[in-house]
Amino acid sequence: MKQPEKIHPVGLSIRGGSKVYPGTVALKDVDFDLHMGAVNVLVGENGAGKSTMMKVIAGVEQLTSGKLILDGPEVQFRSTEDAARHGIGIVFQELNLFPNMTVAENIFISREKTRLGIDIDMAAQRDMTRALMKRLEHDIDPDILVGDLKVGQQQIVEIAKSLAQDARILILDEPTSALSAAEVEILFRVIDDLRASGVGIVYISHRLEELIRVGDYITVLRDGVIAGAQSMEGVDIPWIVRHMIGQASKDFAKEIHHEYGPEIFRAEQITAPNRHGGFDVQDVSFSLRAGEILGIYGLMGAGRSELLECIIGDRRDYRGDLFVNGERLTSRTVAGRIAKGIALIPEDRKSDGLVQILSIRENMTLSSLKTLTRGVHLSLKREAETVRDFIHRMTVKVASPEYEVSSLSGGNQQKVVISKALMTQPKILLMDEPSRGIDIGAKAEVFRVMRKLAAEGLGIIFVTSDLEEVMSLSDRIIVMSNGRISGEFTHGTATETALVEASAKGHAPDAPADPEPKDATG
Amino acid sequence: MSDSTVPTSSGQAASGSALLLLLKARTFIALILVLLFFSVFAPNFLSAANLVIMSKHVALNAFLAIGMTFVIVSGGIDLSVGSIVGLCGMVAGWLVLHGINPGFGWSIQFNTFEICLIVVAVGVAIGALNGFLITKLNVAPFIATLGTLYIARGAAMLSSDGRTFPNLSGNPEYGSDTFRWIGTGNILGIPVSIWMLVIVGVAAAYIARRTPLGRYIYAVGGNEKAAGLSGVRVTRIKFFVYMFSGFCAALVGIIIASQLVAAHPATGDTFELNAIAAAVLGGTSMSGGRGRIGGTIIGAFVIGVLSDGLVMMGVSAFWQTVIKGIVIIAAVVIDQAQQRVEARAALQAQAALGK
Repeated sequence: MKQPEKIHPVGLSIRGGSKVYPGTVALKDVDFDLHMGAVNVLVGENGAGKSTMMKVIAGVEQLTSGKLILDGPEVQFRSTEDAARHGIGIVFQELNLFPNMTVAENIFISREKTRLGIDIDMAAQRDMTRALMKRLEHDIDPDILVGDLKVGQQQIVEIAKSLAQDARILILDEPTSALSAAEVEILFRVIDDLRASGVGIVYISHRLEELIRVGDYITVLRDGVIAGAQSMEGVDIPWIVRHMIGQASKDFAKEIHHEYGPEIFRAEQITAPNRHGGFDVQDVSFSLRAGEILGIYGLMGAGRSELLECIIGDRRDYRGDLFVNGERLTSRTVAGRIAKGIALIPEDRKSDGLVQILSIRENMTLSSLKTLTRGVHLSLKREAETVRDFIHRMTVKVASPEYEVSSLSGGNQQKVVISKALMTQPKILLMDEPSRGIDIGAKAEVFRVMRKLAAEGLGIIFVTSDLEEVMSLSDRIIVMSNGRISGEFTHGTATETALVEASAKGHAPDAPADPEPKDATG
Repeated sequence: MSDSTVPTSSGQAASGSALLLLLKARTFIALILVLLFFSVFAPNFLSAANLVIMSKHVALNAFLAIGMTFVIVSGGIDLSVGSIVGLCGMVAGWLVLHGINPGFGWSIQFNTFEICLIVVAVGVAIGALNGFLITKLNVAPFIATLGTLYIARGAAMLSSDGRTFPNLSGNPEYGSDTFRWIGTGNILGIPVSIWMLVIVGVAAAYIARRTPLGRYIYAVGGNEKAAGLSGVRVTRIKFFVYMFSGFCAALVGIIIASQLVAAHPATGDTFELNAIAAAVLGGTSMSGGRGRIGGTIIGAFVIGVLSDGLVMMGVSAFWQTVIKGIVIIAAVVIDQAQQRVEARAALQAQAALGK
């Protein structure tokens, strides 16, 4: 084995680090080295302790026992400010932005550029924000409210925020979970740039190919202990998976072969305007057969989520027609659409999918209470039975269905959302980024469920930014770009290059967001 | 793995759940303590007559607090209930005294039941106005109901030029002489208003726990967006909670007018604050999604017994106000402790599953 420390000095290490929460041990006697001028990737299933370890480094949490060593001496970070003073920046998985403030205000929050310590120098902040955005190759207006940005753009703002602090150590916790291929490329260029300037980067992701591509050193965590740590040389996906879950398997791509049924859903010329006078979705038509899985691939902001919002009835400002089993949908409410057999699994589980303070049971049955009700009387007994049945079928790991849904891990929360949708007995299931932010084990289970449902005759439309996912899961793929369908592929004709090309049509990083007028006539 | 629901068991969990039970029952414990305290220190506190009088006082606030609980659980606030009490009392008084005069030299007179129906309709209509402003015109609940607070109060004043409608004894010819019975009558030795409270309270608790409507109210308050995407008709739910709150306020208006045999346009001033206090004392979370009707009713009793008991002990009214404030703040602080203990218990049980 070579000695990588000579090339990349160790900037920060943890020795014998343990972190105990009431009732659970998140980290057990962990040794970790962070190499400067390199990308240290960190991988592990949800709950393996990755985030806890990063929180310790970023000063959010303190070790119960063990040492944190920074450039030689032992240090203790009592707060994030404390860590930031030592040059440690972190981009959390859950975005920590203020939606009611502008991009520039967010980037300089608590470190405002001021004149004489009182008056905020907005012009300077704006200029610096523009420079940062240029470095990140994103055209985000410093004065736009963060709440008006797409999730992917918010991610970019988070990264810009850390860059603005001149961090020597930058922790990126799943930075690409909401980014599309082109945006990921940009991010990787930024990472290369930072790496070259000597910044030590910790990169956490569930996307294993990314880790292989970007990483210099890898650390695998399993159940709070280090399951493997070495330089990236000779590491491949089977190696990572083997260390993560203790076995070399990744079988979500297995297809259950079955015949498709008749057409169950059709969209005709769906067009939805956006606030800037252009279109979120433009002239989109497609059909779906029973038992078919239709993948919709595209970049962030290509109009995929907006299309699903039109179909479920959350958006009402669109034109065009939707048909279920050949019957035109007249109801424009979500409840009406659900009654017709459409169900949505939203992209943002936390804010759109679940009512966090309600119990697991109450969340699961929220969409299907009518079937559990006679007259006005809700049968709690039947509800409990149904919930038990679904917990069993979906293998949700819960201590009790009465606990708040927020006590579950991401993967289990997603299963609750899927259960909620399935309880309405849908014919068409819309899934927006169903694997976002869940670990590889839960992901495989979600995909298995999708396959099984399709085999049972459900039509599934799923949106994803993950090439591998869309290629292996879909029977048919539609690629969207700038609100339009820019390519359609069958399982046989789809190649990664073709998909990426179609998704980039008229969508170079600096191209204007709205399509050209002559496109609109065609 | 196949059956993933496992029972939680350990000594630690047991002591945790005992603490949790204690915290959950805190409003009830507080009520018992308050009752014990006054039965020792206030003369005649435990006499039947005093208990009946006290519960009649409490009932008025409890009605409003029940309606308020639904509104707060749905993520809103209803500041207009006090004014609706005043306006509905005036409408009741007007109808008893004058009936409706269409301007042809004769008037339509109503019996007690019809008067109650009309008054309730007025209360519900103001609630519907709140719902309309909040859902259709997107006015923040605080502002919308602040507006209707002023409108309803102004309308009450206008109805009599600020004067009191006296002598609402009714007229046997029209069948309105029974109006007094609502406020002063007894069934099986228990005041009518208490029976009404029992009916409304049980109905509200039933709606909250055992109907889809109730579940939707909690869901809307917990996460409006997620509820909407799950097929909950958010607009309807909001209309319902404000209309129900208006309904409760109308009942209080009728009861007060009947008890006093008079209607004064300033009646119900700041009642909304007492209602909010009772709901919060009963464990309702101001950020929505959490609260129980039973808790609210007990909360109303704690506040009511506290103020009546202090009066009987001869404590100055000013001190009463201070004490009420302290009790409310303490309640919220304890509530937050409960949330923490509950969340920790759930996380521990979940962690015990080994993820």
